[in-house]
Amino acid sequence: MPKVCCYFQVHQPLRIKKYRIFNIGVDGDYFDDSSESDLNNRRVFEKVAGKCYFPANAIILELLKQYPQFKASFSLSGVFLGQAEKFSPQLIESFKALVDTGRVELLSETSHHSLSFIYSPAEFRRQIQLHRRKIKELFGVEPKVFRNTELIFNNNLANEVEGLGFGGILAEGADHILGWRSPNFVYKTKGAKNIKTLLKNYRLSDDIAFRFSSKDWSEYPLTAPKFANWISAINGNGQIVNLFLDYETFGEHQWEDTGIFEFLKSLPGEILKNPGNSFITPSEAVSELEPVGEIDVPQFTSWADTERDLSAWVSNPIQKDALSKLYALENLLTELDNPELLEDWRKLTTSDHFYYMCTKWFSDGDVHKYFNPYETPYEAFISFMNVLTDLELRAKNQKKARQAHVEKIRQELKYA
Amino acid sequence: MKTKVLMFGWEFPPYNSGGLGTACFGLTKALSSKNIDIVFVLPKPVNIKSDKIKIKFAEDQAGMTINPQDYLLAPYKSPDQYQNDKLPGRESVYGNSLFDEIGRYGKNARFIAKEYEFDIIHAHDWMSFPAGIEAKKVSGKPLIVHVHSTEIDRTGGNNINSEIFRIEKTGMETADAVIAVSNLTKKIIVDNYHINPGKIHVVHNGIDVYDYPSIDADSAAVIKLKEMGNKIVLFVGRITVQKGPDYFLKAAKKVLQYNRDVFFVIAGSGDMEHQIITEAAELGISDRVLFAGFLRGEELNKVYRMADLFVMPSVSEPFGITALESVVNGTPVLVSKQSGVKEVLTHVLTADFWDTDEMANKILAVLNYKSLELTLKENSIEQVKNLSWQETARKCIDIYRQILDSYFLRV
Repeated sequence: MPKVCCYFQVHQPLRIKKYRIFNIGVDGDYFDDSSESDLNNRRVFEKVAGKCYFPANAIILELLKQYPQFKASFSLSGVFLGQAEKFSPQLIESFKALVDTGRVELLSETSHHSLSFIYSPAEFRRQIQLHRRKIKELFGVEPKVFRNTELIFNNNLANEVEGLGFGGILAEGADHILGWRSPNFVYKTKGAKNIKTLLKNYRLSDDIAFRFSSKDWSEYPLTAPKFANWISAINGNGQIVNLFLDYETFGEHQWEDTGIFEFLKSLPGEILKNPGNSFITPSEAVSELEPVGEIDVPQFTSWADTERDLSAWVSNPIQKDALSKLYALENLLTELDNPELLEDWRKLTTSDHFYYMCTKWFSDGDVHKYFNPYETPYEAFISFMNVLTDLELRAKNQKKARQAHVEKIRQELKYA
Repeated sequence: MKTKVLMFGWEFPPYNSGGLGTACFGLTKALSSKNIDIVFVLPKPVNIKSDKIKIKFAEDQAGMTINPQDYLLAPYKSPDQYQNDKLPGRESVYGNSLFDEIGRYGKNARFIAKEYEFDIIHAHDWMSFPAGIEAKKVSGKPLIVHVHSTEIDRTGGNNINSEIFRIEKTGMETADAVIAVSNLTKKIIVDNYHINPGKIHVVHNGIDVYDYPSIDADSAAVIKLKEMGNKIVLFVGRITVQKGPDYFLKAAKKVLQYNRDVFFVIAGSGDMEHQIITEAAELGISDRVLFAGFLRGEELNKVYRMADLFVMPSVSEPFGITALESVVNGTPVLVSKQSGVKEVLTHVLTADFWDTDEMANKILAVLNYKSLELTLKENSIEQVKNLSWQETARKCIDIYRQILDSYFLRV
């Protein structure tokens, strides 16, 4: 009797505008592109809100009313929430209406959708704290289950997150961690004590996220009854089916004309037609289900690309250089503790900046190209590095100004 | 049965002034390795030996040999320059103008077409189009014209020579198929010459990576230059309006405002040379702009390897083989968006030729961020390995087959 656990990731990065060397020292607005391009964050946000967030939320709300057993969970990135507050406050209200039903759980993540766990555990903890505060402020709830950026995961992360008080964590059900085992159970992770790991059923999840409208796919067209049958077929050899998807699947990655909204509307009803099936939220899963075994994940995994590793963000020299230069500024900025500079720095930690610099996509999959607002990965790198140079300059100037100020006071005291 | 091709060219390495000769050499070598028989015709005798390709000179009178220095191999010179550059005492032998020469080439082509047996005619660029047309007339065999460059590219669209334009247009109209070296060139042919797009095939040029010495074998001189802390930004090409040397200087000026330790090397010669030297002086950057003159072979490879970045700011570049040459020498490239090579070489930086701010921004990024240079270099060399002349030849053979098939159907 599988329980279906739906988690939708909601995230919109703040894309860096075209920032040339000539901007350094004179332009402190890094994210305010106002052109007709996809670097215009407001434009993209409003587009996706109209195509996906509003209509999908309306459907989910309707489903919650129609089926008392239906449940779902969302993870809303801090950079998404920041943009929603600025560009579309009604969208926050729309999500609040879902949360207020009591059957929609919100998950924890890093405020800036960052790779901070890999580069700075201290910053990782700070960003979780920032996100927790934001969720509490906007929705009045406290997340209990954690999901890391892009489902990046390993043993150490599970251990770290357990130490922060979370009872559950999400990960990719990658073949190389599971081997012959099924993702449809709850697992313990090696090195962690009690935290439970929920693993994405990537076949079923990706059937919706990637293959839904693919005419080359033998199962095309995918209908709700067909998908519900696949779920029911798990009966007897699984506790839970984790459908983890980008929320933008609905209406943005799969456009409305593919029939994706009709699919979403009818899926819960079809799943519930089989009385053995039910829905469950991640925190319910954590408290109700017992682990059946242990997974050992010494290397990082993620939900990206066929490799399911970190290579989408950290593989070529420009990505590595950008990341190491970024985190090299952490001490200077935390020490200065200037909210504006620190926030600008954090906006640069968003994983998407490094995804845009990935050069794998020339040979491997067009997914990267589809999601890249820059003409080439090199353009993304150049603007990023120029911005970082400017930020460093601002920080150093501020530090100098402060030192001068302190010196001045010291002098005044001396002569007082 | 072997397909026999009668090919008309204008220049051939080492007697070439630019990409046309390089392309003809690379293509014919690859074609003959694929079991295609080629007679490659040049207008006049030069001292070239080739094992595989039969080279025929249209003016092959006994006792007449041409000293390469005298030989005005200048497919891209305007007729006026051609007249100016002509050496005294040659007029009586060669006729008075470039057009006379091209006309004579055409007449001689008739005899050659009668002398050889062949299945198809393949003519490279406008100077050889009249020869190709004549050969088609006397033999009745199909003609393919291969467009490496158009009058529109060479002039930047200003002061087009109407006679050259007419020769190009007639060639393309008469041909059974047109090969364009890029989609960019195909578009120019369709938009400006009004040729039916259905008969234009895009076949990109290539490069044979393994013909170039391994990059690790760097000379001591190069290492020393780098040790001195200088960066080198390179321009290779004719110093003429099409290649955008003036935009290169404007970008250089902007780069130097941010970083004085950069040398801008211009390798090439051309009608704008004096203008460019003067302009560098007027911009106050003469001490940072070096003129290396026209280089070829190992000297050219050395310059590529010495550079930190190769810039091709062409106003209109049908392909741009120099970008591939730079990559195989381990130097990343910045090309104008108005160049065909970027259709097949995507691991490059690009900028509009007129956007010298953007060009300077990207030059400085490569000079400032070592990882950018490294990533471009690693990825572009991988990509170039797949752009071999073998691939270009394979596509040409497909076109030969297609044309021959439909030709036999008609007969």
